[in-house]
Amino acid sequence: MNWLASIGALTIAKMGSFGRATLMLLGAIIAKPQFIKNTPLTIMQIYVVGVQSLLIIVVSGLFIGMVMALQGYTILVSYGAEGSLGPMVALSLLRELGPVVTALLFAGRAGSALTAEIGLMKTTEQLSSLEMMAVDPLRRIIAPRFWAGMISMPMLTLIFSAVGILGGHVVGVDWLGVDSGSYWSIMQATVDWDKDVMNGVIKSAVFGFVIVWIATYKGYDSIPTSEGISKATTQTVVYSSLAVLGLDFVLTALMFGIE
Amino acid sequence: MNSRKAEILVGGFVVLAFAAGMMLALKVANQSMAGQTETYTLNAKFDNIGGLKVRSAVKVGGVTIGRVDSITLSSRDFTPVVKMSISKEYNQFPETSSVSILTSGLLGEQYVGFQPGFEIEGIENLAEGDFIEDTKSALVLEDLIGQFLFSKGQ
Amino acid sequence: MENLIEIDNLSFSRSGRLIYDNISLRIQKGKTTAIMGPSGIGKTTMLRLMGGQLKPDSGDIKFKGESIPNMRRKRLFEVRRQMSMLFQSGALFTDMSVFDNIAFPLREHTNLTEDLINTVVQLKLQAVGLRGAAHLMPSELSGGMARRAALARAIALDPELIMYDEPFAGQDPISMGVLVKLIKALNDALKLTSVVVTHDVTEVLTIADYIYILAEKKIIGSGTPAEIKNSDSPLVQQFLQGLADGPVPFHYPAGDIRQAFLGSSL
Repeated sequence: MNWLASIGALTIAKMGSFGRATLMLLGAIIAKPQFIKNTPLTIMQIYVVGVQSLLIIVVSGLFIGMVMALQGYTILVSYGAEGSLGPMVALSLLRELGPVVTALLFAGRAGSALTAEIGLMKTTEQLSSLEMMAVDPLRRIIAPRFWAGMISMPMLTLIFSAVGILGGHVVGVDWLGVDSGSYWSIMQATVDWDKDVMNGVIKSAVFGFVIVWIATYKGYDSIPTSEGISKATTQTVVYSSLAVLGLDFVLTALMFGIE
Repeated sequence: MNSRKAEILVGGFVVLAFAAGMMLALKVANQSMAGQTETYTLNAKFDNIGGLKVRSAVKVGGVTIGRVDSITLSSRDFTPVVKMSISKEYNQFPETSSVSILTSGLLGEQYVGFQPGFEIEGIENLAEGDFIEDTKSALVLEDLIGQFLFSKGQ
Repeated sequence: MENLIEIDNLSFSRSGRLIYDNISLRIQKGKTTAIMGPSGIGKTTMLRLMGGQLKPDSGDIKFKGESIPNMRRKRLFEVRRQMSMLFQSGALFTDMSVFDNIAFPLREHTNLTEDLINTVVQLKLQAVGLRGAAHLMPSELSGGMARRAALARAIALDPELIMYDEPFAGQDPISMGVLVKLIKALNDALKLTSVVVTHDVTEVLTIADYIYILAEKKIIGSGTPAEIKNSDSPLVQQFLQGLADGPVPFHYPAGDIRQAFLGSSL
């Protein structure tokens, strides 16, 4: 019976923490937004989570686009279909790799930093001190970070995909000699704005939501010791990566699975 | 970190993301700036639609004039009904026009080939919701082979 | 004498462990009240209860006659503007300069112009002797300076009540002297009510008007510094003199060591 009890205990603990996470989220984003005070804070956080993630996103996007062109070319050329390199690179980036890889990088780069920052604020009593100053830490600390993450993720994904397609062009056209005209024109004929680009953007917005939610909650709920923060940071990266991959399947099935 | 510098860099970030979005829109997805043009709907019944899909192109002489909107099975005679939205620009097709399901290249995608009919007195133009009577179904490879073998056998 | 805070029959437990068992105490207006006791008995918890960050299991905490645990969140935030708390670590916001830290409560809760805020912040910094350090970041301050900067922030909105959480812990004798002098001066000049939670006996005896000693979930002694010094309670005397063993045992509760090592053979 012990294993049954431990399943029960685990479920209760997980549900409890899910409930606390939901309450935190509601407190941060639903309760009376303060646009005038929060806009500069949000811009500051977009700088921290968005602009500072830009380098890793651009570099990864470039290399992933280049590798895909290289791999795709060797397969396509054996069917004489190397003209389809453009749509292959573009579609895989826009539909899958763009949102997913950006989300995974974002979880590692920005999510972990968010958790550690908020966790340390808790450890050093900064959150308590805000509360004692009659400032709600949910609105002051969590909300700007949450919105910044939600706004940054789709933008990073667009940049990632665009850079990847250019990287594919560099390898496919400039190096391997695929015709530049067919690279673009077949891509244009195949890629659909709503179905491919917008669905990718929607995916990335969902991923952004989940990652910042997990990251801010793990920081806010961390045990205020150095061990607690290191554990919370690890959990942020692990949980948000798993959540991204799982949600990606669900979203893909919803978006592309049913014709 | 002063907030002025952060604002400038965030501004740059937004511009970059916008530029990436524009590139995807214009260069990759070839979305015209004018946005969606107005369309009208035509229907056609086929015996067999083969591999035709929603959003497949409708073409006249290779020029895309619209897209397939939906594909349903008529509940009365169990034949597929293809609903197409055609750009309003092209609303001068006579009722004698015909449609057939064609394949671009040997292994390419299937599309609806639209053959405008002759303009004769007393024949009206196709309008919203009309059914095109003259349709040719998709070529199904297995049927073709079957016919070939049958004709050889004779 | 008017009481600013009245605590009646308060019980509080955390994760199943009882921390306070039915205690009552009074904080008099305009006076400095010290709450002392050995570490680990939840003195900081007492401050958090007074600030409404924690809710008691039973009993009531009244601030100016209004019950804090029963307050709605909005009212609680209004009441908190009349109190402030000096955290043990200072709890300065690490992403802002000292100046912005002290300006923070002013910017959040008032509509003063930047000019006026500048003046107020300079005055508060002058009061704690850190006007020259306004541009420094919290990471560049020593522990004592950080606590003084936090004190300047705590008095930025001119509260009626300041709660000090272990203000002297881990300070060198000079910073300790500076802090004692500051707390005294602030009390005399601003007619503040102070609650000091600490275990530094000598410092407290010089600044407190009234002292409560907490141990084993109860108040074991209270009175003016003179009364406390002359108390005949062995518990109080152990605490004041810093004896290793006494009514508060040296050992964490455990079984008899002979029993543990030699088993039942004895």
